[in-house]
Amino acid sequence: MLADGRFPAGGHAHSGGLEAAVAAGRVRDTDGLEAFLRGRLATTGATTAAFAAAACAAFDDGTAADGRGTAADGSGTAGGGDGTAADGRGRLGALDGEFEARTPSPALRATSRRLGRQMLRAARSVRPHPGLDALAGALPGGWHQPVALGAAARALGLGPGEAASAALHDAATGPATAAVRLLGLDPFAVHAVLAGLVPELDRLAVRAAGEADTPAARLPSYGAPLLDIAAELHATWEVRLFAS
Amino acid sequence: MSAGGGRPHDHAAPTAAGRLPRTPGRPLRIGLGGPVGSGKTALVAALCRSLAGETRLAVVTNDIYTTEDADFLLRNGVLPAERVRAVETGCCPHTAIRDDISANLEAVEDLERSLPPLDLVLVESGGDNLTATFSHGLVHHQIFVVDVSGGDKVPRKGGPGVIASDLLVVNKTDLARQVGADLSVMARDAEEKRGDRPVRFLSLVEDPSAREVTTWVRERLAEGG
Repeated sequence: MLADGRFPAGGHAHSGGLEAAVAAGRVRDTDGLEAFLRGRLATTGATTAAFAAAACAAFDDGTAADGRGTAADGSGTAGGGDGTAADGRGRLGALDGEFEARTPSPALRATSRRLGRQMLRAARSVRPHPGLDALAGALPGGWHQPVALGAAARALGLGPGEAASAALHDAATGPATAAVRLLGLDPFAVHAVLAGLVPELDRLAVRAAGEADTPAARLPSYGAPLLDIAAELHATWEVRLFAS
Repeated sequence: MSAGGGRPHDHAAPTAAGRLPRTPGRPLRIGLGGPVGSGKTALVAALCRSLAGETRLAVVTNDIYTTEDADFLLRNGVLPAERVRAVETGCCPHTAIRDDISANLEAVEDLERSLPPLDLVLVESGGDNLTATFSHGLVHHQIFVVDVSGGDKVPRKGGPGVIASDLLVVNKTDLARQVGADLSVMARDAEEKRGDRPVRFLSLVEDPSAREVTTWVRERLAEGG
């Protein structure tokens, strides 16, 4: 459900950088889309998946039920040695800070926090959870999307591998859907591309889950400078179809 | 509600009957939907002008592209910038008001937080087609705006906006003669589709303050919450 593009968490308005890539002529057809997706998955996709998995592992799913466990407690499941983050929000706070550092584009930072807020809103409505409430209250500006996704996944009873899979699925299907809308690509051909990516998605999800307890600072930091630069330019367009 | 602290929707989950209940102390939310070019933004501007002296209001726009509608309201001095929020909808204006309302809810709550207290938030959808309709999770009432130049068959074609909106506005009646639209046909078909639900004919050229629509909005405000 979390990975379903119809889950009402705001993702439909975002193209994951595809709109900018189309405008720049970097994606024109199904082959171009596949190359874009492979690049995105190997870079920001893998990073996002690792943070979603780590957040899922770190989120206290409420057995403590003391109302402050989740947001303030980094010592429980993580054991990563960074539960004493200076901001006092424990491992999730450390993850959020490290993800911020891996997102150099201010536009993408804002997008990620927006999608994180919307993810928590949707998750808390679908599955009311004191831990998620505490999380939302602890950082009103919003958690980065993979942190929110990981916590929501845990609250829904999922594990780090599944959180990573959801993140990767989203990283691939968001731009793919946008490509169908923007370029009028054959939807069957686009889904054939997605089907072809499944082994890579699975491989990346397993790798991300294996790093779920890694100290936040040592989590993957694969980046895609062109996506960052394009996102900054995209944010200045006067006319655009997607918010990012 | 504190910023991000309270549970979303606990104040405002639709009832079993599908209606979003009013919450005391929180603004009434009215959606305005309708096809491209039917005059939604002009009607929002008229309502803002008519209600400005008596109602603390704000507007959320949903543009298909960028922030054109929000810019229109600002350029025309209808509302100051802090009272207008633009939501971008990713090619799918109907999704943002119906299937995935999260960005719009966030915009509404953002306005509520930054401009307390508010009496009314108008949520204008992006121009769409006759299938557009607002989620009951987003607005308390919805106005559907069509215009005579879309053809006098529009009410007969139906769709959730024409049939089930709380108010149907047939706009640009001053153009009826030029486009060969028969207003009596539109009135008859609308009544057939809508039963007792109200219809208002409007020409912002002849009635820049949209008197009847303003009255309808005032009545909804007076119902309280």
